[in-house]
Amino acid sequence: MPNYTLSINGKTQTVTADADTPLLWILRDELNLVGTKFGCGIAQCGACTVHVDGFATRSCQVQVSMLDDVKITTIEGLSEDGKHPVQEAWKEIDVPQCGYCQAGQIMTAAAFLADNPTPTADEIREAMHGNICRCASYNRIEKAVKVAAKKMF
Amino acid sequence: MQSQKNINFSRRNFLRTSLLASGGILIGINFAAACKIDAKMPIDTNNLNFNDFNAYIKISDEGFVTIFSPNPEIGQGVKTSMPMIIAEELDVDWTRVTVVQAGLNTKSFKGQIAGGSQSIRSNWNILRQSGATAKQMLINAAAQKWHVDPTTCSASKGIITNSNGKTFHYGEVVKLAATLPIPENVKLKEIKNYSIIGQEVINVDMDKIITGKPLFGLDFKTEGMVYASVVRPPAFGQVLESYDASEAKSINGVLEVFTIGEKARNFLSKGYVSWTAVLSESDKIVVVATSTWAAIKAKKAIKAVWKQATELESSAFHDQQLTSLLDGDKQKVLREDGNIDDAFKQADTIIERTYHSPFLPHNCMEPMNFYANVTSDKIELVGPTQTPEEVAKGVSVLLNRKLEEISVDMTRMGGGFGRRLYSDFALEAAEISAKISKPIKMVSTREDDMTTGVYKPSVKYRIKAAIKDGKITGYSLKEAAMNGNMYGAIPNFFPAGCIPNYKVAVATHKSNVTTGAWRAPYTNFLAFAEQAFFDELASEMKMDPIQLRLDLLQNVKNTTDKRIQYSGQRMEDTIKLVKEKSNWGKASKGIYQGFAAYYSHNTHVAEVADIELKDGFPIIKKVTVAVDCGIVINVSGAKNQVEGGVIDGIGHAMFSDFSFNNGKPDFKNFDSYRLIRMQETPKVEVHFVQNEIAPTGLGEPGLPPAGGAVANAINAALGKRMYHLPFVKELKKSSVVG
Repeated sequence: MPNYTLSINGKTQTVTADADTPLLWILRDELNLVGTKFGCGIAQCGACTVHVDGFATRSCQVQVSMLDDVKITTIEGLSEDGKHPVQEAWKEIDVPQCGYCQAGQIMTAAAFLADNPTPTADEIREAMHGNICRCASYNRIEKAVKVAAKKMF
Repeated sequence: MQSQKNINFSRRNFLRTSLLASGGILIGINFAAACKIDAKMPIDTNNLNFNDFNAYIKISDEGFVTIFSPNPEIGQGVKTSMPMIIAEELDVDWTRVTVVQAGLNTKSFKGQIAGGSQSIRSNWNILRQSGATAKQMLINAAAQKWHVDPTTCSASKGIITNSNGKTFHYGEVVKLAATLPIPENVKLKEIKNYSIIGQEVINVDMDKIITGKPLFGLDFKTEGMVYASVVRPPAFGQVLESYDASEAKSINGVLEVFTIGEKARNFLSKGYVSWTAVLSESDKIVVVATSTWAAIKAKKAIKAVWKQATELESSAFHDQQLTSLLDGDKQKVLREDGNIDDAFKQADTIIERTYHSPFLPHNCMEPMNFYANVTSDKIELVGPTQTPEEVAKGVSVLLNRKLEEISVDMTRMGGGFGRRLYSDFALEAAEISAKISKPIKMVSTREDDMTTGVYKPSVKYRIKAAIKDGKITGYSLKEAAMNGNMYGAIPNFFPAGCIPNYKVAVATHKSNVTTGAWRAPYTNFLAFAEQAFFDELASEMKMDPIQLRLDLLQNVKNTTDKRIQYSGQRMEDTIKLVKEKSNWGKASKGIYQGFAAYYSHNTHVAEVADIELKDGFPIIKKVTVAVDCGIVINVSGAKNQVEGGVIDGIGHAMFSDFSFNNGKPDFKNFDSYRLIRMQETPKVEVHFVQNEIAPTGLGEPGLPPAGGAVANAINAALGKRMYHLPFVKELKKSSVVG
């Protein structure tokens, strides 16, 4: 199996894997970064969302061989101390129920707000539409994104 | 023995104490309210003994409190709310409390089950008494140190004060407290003095969740662990005939491919009857690999041949069976009041409607998975289960091993909704590990979960009412369900006791599709049918739908019928609260309202849905909810549960469809199966009825009325009644939308 050098959360990591291995499983099985979650495997639920060069990306659909010269950020690297404005807002609003999808929700929200720091309510609902929360904590996710936007601005 | 000397015994009590080797006091609590005579208290927290105790409180020499929370966490918040109750009565500052999930290295899990919204309800008194007893124990110790009467001392926020104004913090007296007799009959706090209960407390796992720390079953790993993926029959009714794994074996990382099933069949033939043991009779093909991805990839590369063993059922067949059960006379009558036949004979008007809902998968976000390490002297099992005790018992029978050799560790769970009450995935993991003598993690894919799982049964209801002289004089409810619908409690819910001639009857068709509890089992869809029916009755009777319910409830208020499970008064108060908060009947132009109320899991809930039409399609804007669940422990967690339950109920009523074709599910993943998403989500506004009644369940009761409220709002907007789930399909059929 070939080697791949990846830049993840500011660190350079080398992994040995088949070229078609999704980034999701590299993170979870090879690098012990288990904050990124497996939900559907077909980019429909958003639980596996990470940032690739700042863009919210479904890690279940990105193969390890496609990640040359890009910077990957996972929930573990979103902030050093869990104090990214989106994480703070999630805490303030007490968003999670089971909590499983929340890393993906937070990563989607963080990338969205970096691009659009003053969103309207409709823009927030559109941006977060791709992430399923089976516990349906959607009201709080919406509220927390608004709070995070205020913190970032 | 050193450890024995530090232990206090009180046969009559539910508490024991010990002095910890590392300092501080440990208090063990038994929820059955009586410890075994020989129950031993550990002297370090690495060896908590959950055979004899359900929960522990540790108070350190510095006064910090750790509560080892007893119930599995599936997202319903008990890991936060149960310790809040202990901390309230113990009277400590919540900021000094840490909560740890109990269950590590435990061998038995009596009373540990997360299901049916019963966690808080069943443990409320014992949790309060535990905290209060511990507090009194500390006060007694302080009083002894001061040589004063304990009644002259008081404690608040972790500080004990005497009449001279002298103080000790809890940590300063724990050493002495551990040697004193355990006080009995302690006084509980007055509800008005609560400072933690009724506040908004943040989920105790919050920091770990938002930073992606390992918490869930799928995150658990050990050195040397390998991954297993299982190929199960693609259709219910099929079993494995043969398979070719040559391509699968050539995939990098694949270690072995083999079949399991013999032990499961043996297990089933032993007649081990447990409602949690849902296992297929078929052989299953297992791929073991060094990574999850290799296991999943290899699984897809296996060429399997399946043969028919039993009926390959399709949805049309299910539909026919249920209809013939409703038409036939083979129902079991669960309750009959008055003379229902006479009521229909004498009626001015009879209304009869039939309602249908499909099988539904649970779709927990975290797919089913379990870790097993079966060795010659012990069996370690770790993973997301709502029934750890059943997992241990099941594996004991499956592998013919002693229960004492088996430990089950519970992880946080990525949703439960009833699915993790069943232990099939844990039994599979154990059978695989036993076969290859390696620690393994069995990982299901979304497709596995959706197509080979446990489902909410497909159900039909036929409801018939007799109206005479402007009153409902007769009410008949018939249920027909695939494999039954856990129907035990239905006959004594609303409108039992409100209508003089009343009958509830059920019938079941045995299907080979595995079915089980699904969030708010037995009422999740009944509530929609019943509440949509009452809305139609109100239209027929030209009455306001809320007034119709309130009038009926007057008949049950002073009932002496002990079988009646709901309270007429509490339901009335709940309905009145939602009426006021939703501006019922005064909605602005273009807003259409629908009302539903339902009692389930000991909690009364009333909801009003507000919808708007956009290009003729109903958009749900807001749901106003009133809830009577008694005392609210954690206001933030409680609201979160209700918000989630309502949106979940709406999602499954509006969008989620499921069907079978020749035993094979037609829906496999979230590209075809629809779960509600952000832009379809209404704002949910939750109001609690304020009272001082013991708390009841919240994980489930918000869900059942939601579908009814939306169906009734759709009728208000479009004049179109909903009889089938999901509503989107019904709306499309009637060309309301394109």
